[in-house]
Amino acid sequence: MILGKVVGTVWATRKDENLVGLSLQIVKHIDLDYKLKDQFVVAVDTVQAGVGDVVLVATGSSARQTVQTKNKPVDAVIMAVVDKLDVSE
Amino acid sequence: MFLAKVIGTVWATRKDEQLHSFKMQFIQPINSHKKNVGTPIVAVDTVGAGVGETVFYITAAEAVIPLPVDMAPVDASIVGIVDRIDIQ
Repeated sequence: MILGKVVGTVWATRKDENLVGLSLQIVKHIDLDYKLKDQFVVAVDTVQAGVGDVVLVATGSSARQTVQTKNKPVDAVIMAVVDKLDVSE
Repeated sequence: MFLAKVIGTVWATRKDEQLHSFKMQFIQPINSHKKNVGTPIVAVDTVGAGVGETVFYITAAEAVIPLPVDMAPVDASIVGIVDRIDIQ
């Protein structure tokens, strides 16, 4: 999973009908001391993460392995809001 | 499968309900000479690896297979702890 920070939201009315009702958040990758990196991903939010939350994003077909995103055209899902990071290096 | 070194742990109470009993570790991918390659990622730990240990991990949807649930949004999981690497 990727460590990231929610920096914004995507609103789209004209989209694949399977995506109706799913919240699309913009998540920027961050490094281990929380600095924003350039890469970002648009991920479906299934844990009610808010802007500014540090989160984990699962990508690829694993992103469809949740109740909300099963059989939907989704390749990135926010699956955890991080409380604490312990990094020893 | 890839090699990595465990460099930390992620604590998250608010997460997908399938993930409640799994430990999530920070791993830094390494090559067979134990040099860092690429950026750290987070993987579910299915073998109880400790920080500092060399492990190997799998990615993509197969990462869910070692877990005791049939569906979970996981794209990387540690599946083994390395004792020794012999290379010519």
